[in-house]
Formats: sequence, C-alpha cells, structure tokens
Amino acid sequence: MRITAAAALAALSAAAFAPPAAAFCGFFVGKADASLFNEASQVVMVRDGGKTTLTMLNDYKGALTEFALVVPVPAVLKRDDIRVADKAVFDRIDAYSAPRLAEYYDANPCDRRLYDRMRVESAPRPSAGRSGSQEKALGVEVEARYTVGEYDIVILSASQSDGLETWLVQNGYRIPAGAARALRPYIQQNMKFFVAKVNLKEQAKTGYSYLRPLQFRFESARFMLPVRLGMINAQGPQDLIVYVLSRVGRVESTNYRTVKLPANMELPTFLKQPGEFTRFYRAMFDRQAGREKHSVVFTEYFWDMAWCDPCAANPLTAAELREAGVTWVADDGGRRGPGAQPVVLTRLHVRYTKETFPEDLVLHETKDRENFQTRYVLRHPWQGSVFQCVGALDAYWRYRGSVAEREERAAQQLASLTGWDIADIRRRQSR
Amino acid sequence: MPAIAVAGAGGGAVASAAPAPRPAARAWQAWRGLDARLFQILFLGSLLLFGALLRDFALRWEQVALAFAAGLAAQAFWIRALGLRNAGYLSALVTCLGTSILVRADSLWVHPLLAAVAMSSKFAIRIRGKHVFNPANLAVILAIAAVPGAWASPGQWGSDVLIGLWFVCLGVTVTTGAKRLDVAWAFLGAYAALLAARMLILGQPPAVLIHQLSGGALLLFTFFMISDPMTTPNRRAPRLVYAALVAAFAFVWQFLLFETNGPVWGLFLLTPLVPLFDWLWPGAKHAWQGAAPRR
Repeated sequence: MRITAAAALAALSAAAFAPPAAAFCGFFVGKADASLFNEASQVVMVRDGGKTTLTMLNDYKGALTEFALVVPVPAVLKRDDIRVADKAVFDRIDAYSAPRLAEYYDANPCDRRLYDRMRVESAPRPSAGRSGSQEKALGVEVEARYTVGEYDIVILSASQSDGLETWLVQNGYRIPAGAARALRPYIQQNMKFFVAKVNLKEQAKTGYSYLRPLQFRFESARFMLPVRLGMINAQGPQDLIVYVLSRVGRVESTNYRTVKLPANMELPTFLKQPGEFTRFYRAMFDRQAGREKHSVVFTEYFWDMAWCDPCAANPLTAAELREAGVTWVADDGGRRGPGAQPVVLTRLHVRYTKETFPEDLVLHETKDRENFQTRYVLRHPWQGSVFQCVGALDAYWRYRGSVAEREERAAQQLASLTGWDIADIRRRQSR
Repeated sequence: MPAIAVAGAGGGAVASAAPAPRPAARAWQAWRGLDARLFQILFLGSLLLFGALLRDFALRWEQVALAFAAGLAAQAFWIRALGLRNAGYLSALVTCLGTSILVRADSLWVHPLLAAVAMSSKFAIRIRGKHVFNPANLAVILAIAAVPGAWASPGQWGSDVLIGLWFVCLGVTVTTGAKRLDVAWAFLGAYAALLAARMLILGQPPAVLIHQLSGGALLLFTFFMISDPMTTPNRRAPRLVYAALVAAFAFVWQFLLFETNGPVWGLFLLTPLVPLFDWLWPGAKHAWQGAAPRR
C-alpha cells in the first residue's frame, strides 16, 4: 500500500478576505469614494534590535492623482532609508505563511503494517500561495523632500495638528475630516510624518500598472504600528496583516491579547473543492474575530526559518529576505538557494475597529521558537472495496466505523469553527 | 505576590478572639483571622484556571506541575537546611502559582528552575532579616532577561473592564487581609495619574486610559506583586513614596523608553530602596496573621 500524502492547495490571498476598509497605518487620503478603499492592509516589518524596516503594500485602486499616504515615523528619514521594494516579496511571504490545507489519503486498512504507519504524518506541501514661510505659520516644517521610484515623498515635522491638517489640504492632499485630532498624539510625541504621493511622470517610466510597495527604515526603540491613524474614516472593522521578520522568536502584542487561531484539526474533505477553503477560512476568521469582539491579534503563522527539516514551504532565499529588509543574512548571490536562514517569521492578522483598538498596536519579541501554522487536514478514506479485504474483514469493518466517526467529528468541528449549519455539512459530506 | 514570613518572623499568632456572642461576628473574626495567603492561593489559583481555560494561555499542565514540585522542594530544602520552625508552605504555593501565571516558556525546565530559584532567593538574599526580592517578580525578570526560551506576555489577559473590576475585588480582599492596601492604591493612583496626564497632553480620548488601566497584567501586578508586605518598606510614608517611585519608573520605562513590562522592571530595579528606606525609617516588620497551617 502506499501513502499518498499531502497535497495542498490553500489558495488564499491575504487580500481576499477583508471587508472593504478605508486605510492603512497612516491613511490614504483622497476623495471618499469607494475607489480608494483598500482591503486588508499588508505590512512587512523587519525588527533587529532597535532597527525597524517597514514595507507597505499599496493595493490602492483609485486615481493615482488622488493617492496619498501619511505615516508617522519616529525620526526624519534620510534618502537612503527609503526605497521601493519588489511586490513579489509580499507574494512570497504570503505564500510561505498563508493558512493551508493538507491532504492525506488513507491506506488499505486491511494491510496492518501499513495501516499503522499511515498515522504517521508526512509533511504536507504548503499551498501554492497566491496565495517656507506659510509653513512656519502653520507650524509645519518640511524636513526633507525626495523622489523615490514613482513616489514624491516629504518628511514633515509639525507643532500643531491643525496646522498640519491645513498644510496637507493646501498642498493637495485630501484629508478626511477629523484628521487633526488623530494627528495630534503623534505631533505631541515629536514624531515626524512620512507623506507620499505619486509622481505621475516617474510612475509612467516604471512601466508598472500598479504602485510598488514603499519601504523605509529607522532606528527607534518603538516597536509599534500606528494603526489609529488609519481609522479616521474607517467604517466597520478593518483587516491588517503584519509579517514580522526578526531574529529571536515569535512576536506578539503587549497591549492587546495575541491569540493563535484554531488549527491543525481534521475537516470534511469537500473543502478541497475550488473556492471552498477560502470560503471556510473567511467564515472561520469572521467567527473567531467576532467571538473575540474584534479586540485581539491573531497569530496565523510562526516559523523558525533556521530550522527547517522538512520545510513546510520553500523558505525565503537570502536575496528575498534582503529585499524585505533583513540585513543580517549574507548576500550569497543566490548560491545557497532556498534553505535554512537565521530568521523567524511571525504572521499576525488583526481585525480591528475604532472602538476596540483605542491605542496603536505595540509589539514585542518573545523568545518563543515553537513553530505554529494555521493548517487544516483533509483525510480521504480508502477507496478500495470489501473484496480487497477478504481474510481481514474485521479490520475492514473497524476501519469503516472509524471513518464514519471521524467524518462526524470533522463535520462538528467545521460547524463549530464557522457557524455553518451542521445538517448542511453532513449533506455535503455524504455527496 | 506577597511572600512569606520565614525564620523568626514571629508570625502566626492569631489575634485572640474577644468574646463574640453572635455567630456572624464570630465568623467574621474567623474570616479576618485567616492567613491572607490562603486567599491569595485561592485567587491566584482561580486566575490560573481562568487563564488556562478561557484565555488560552500558552501554558502546559506539565509546566505547572513541575513548577510546584520544584518550588515546594526548594522550600522544604531551605526549611531543613536552616532548621526553621515557623516556616510553612503557603508562600511557596503563592510563588509557584505566580510563576505559572506570569512566565511563559517553550520547554519544560524553565518553570521548575525559576520556581526553585525564586523560592531560594528568599532565604539566600536577605538584608536585616527581610528577604529582598519578591519571588514572583524575580522569576519574571529572570525569564525576560536571562533564561533562554522564556518570556512574559503582558498582553495575555486582554483589556476587559469587567475582568479588571473582578481582579480589583479579589485584590482588595487579599491586600486588606494583608494590611498593605495602601501600597497597592498608592501605586495604582500614581500610575493612573501619569497615564491620565499623558492622555491629556497627547489629546487622546479617555478610551485609551481605560484600555491601559484595565489590562489584567497591571491589576495583577498591583494587587498581587507590589502589595507584598514582605518586600515593601515597613513604615507607611516610605511605603507610599516607594509605590509612587515604582509607578514613575514603570511609566518612563514603558512610555518614554518604549520598553515592555514597565511595572515588573520598576519593582525589580527599585527593590534596593526597600532596605534603604527601612534603615532610614525603621518600623515593625510585617507578620502574617492568621491560623495558617504550619508544618
């Protein structure tokens, strides 16, 4: 008998499951029409001691002339601290860390030797993821101006929130109402503002039809994401996915609960059908987030890339990690290829509302190195017939009984994770 | 977590019951006469269960069992080695519970090691007959700063005002019994005042302050760690000053230096002030009251 193991499919783009939401850490400024709504914001955060590199994915879909991004930063950034990054980095990290399905096929239950071995799980392959003067009057100072790739960037410091709001309006950034109030805490903490808009000429030169991710780095003890600013014009819950690459261990929040999503359970095999896993994951996440009243941070994935035998997915190469902002892996010119790297990746998924996340998200790095993945198992029953079991009928009937039991368990599991109707699930199972 | 009165503490004398005609009054006196650590054990135990069952603490039962085994063994060792008569096991239980609730680890050896070290510190690190470090505080600091594969999760309780109030109720009972309510409230008052000032200066909405104050970690610290009568100054005035200093340190650490676990670090780093304050302003050392079972 052979153990046909593991094929997995989870096609689940991070962006696939967010309700439309208004913003990022920082906010897109523009006409308040639907075209500027972005879906799940995605950030890659590299943390090494007091050094932070942030890469922000722009899935902005409105008119380029209207695009603007405002992010509070702890220091005035230099030209060298800002670059545009390759969007493929997000695709790779998403694919590597996305929630996944693993499939197993039962062996012939009448072959005892192999039946016992069947329970030993082999490592599933992961999902192919697509997985001047007036300024002075306003108390605003332009600390620096750069053009980086398709972006025109200014770094502002401000002494009054009203002044900053006025400056932004006068300079063609459309600020949502209430911005001054949201900006004030950052001004009071003497933070600077990283403000970007699209340089249309440069954008045309790039030849890309999309905006590339902006990446910048700074040194500061602050290990946080300014999520509050993005909530100014938010309606309802927003999703944020943070990929943190660090050296030591799992990253979690210090001012909100960090919770692992329920995972590693067996679910009905019909989830293999196209689109079903995405539908399941979205329903499951909705339910878990609702159960926690949108006030927790979920861990979707944590993996130590230095220890990888066997690998759940091809870990990022040194070149890819460097593109994401990891400075401590040696640039080997791609010689090493995929393999173990001294980097740990934490994937956090937050669904927050204005009310449930009154403070910015503060993070810290623990020394936890226990790997975790949101992985769900499908186990296909053996498809042979009773005639292949002549001579071992007792084993055959025992096996049939155990399959019925575990399918019922899987159905109940699915119902409790998603809130779907158990009768529907059983019906679909029996098809 | 309030710890123990060991060698020569002279604790253990129950306030002799004056004639108490009514059963209710008798029951009240009996209640007041109980060792406060019994309440602590009860409350910390329920917190541990709450965390493990409802808050999916990343904690394994083996870690808890090993922490208890090692903590109690350490206590037994010191009792025998030093020939102590009055020392019991209540505060060892408190320490083991505290270690289990506050320390996280990805291995099995961290909890027993820290429980044993924390218990031993009470006997090994003493100034003028008083142990210096709050054992659970020491355990958390070692976990954060020294032990590989160990950490603390200040966010693990979430911020739920109802839970916060629940904690306060529990804590009030314990600290009232321990007669050191003042240090808890002085700390909480000073810390809340600093947070409120920050909120006003930054122009944040009150929701921020409520969120910060209703975190379980802060309340646990307030009512079960800094309120330890054995590791705070003996006299009231220095005790209040000490509490305020810890609050100020915690605030600076967390909101100006952007480090984590401010209160825990504050208590640890300012611990040397306690023997200094006791030397400058001598007072009677706390003695655990109550009919604590003695070995």
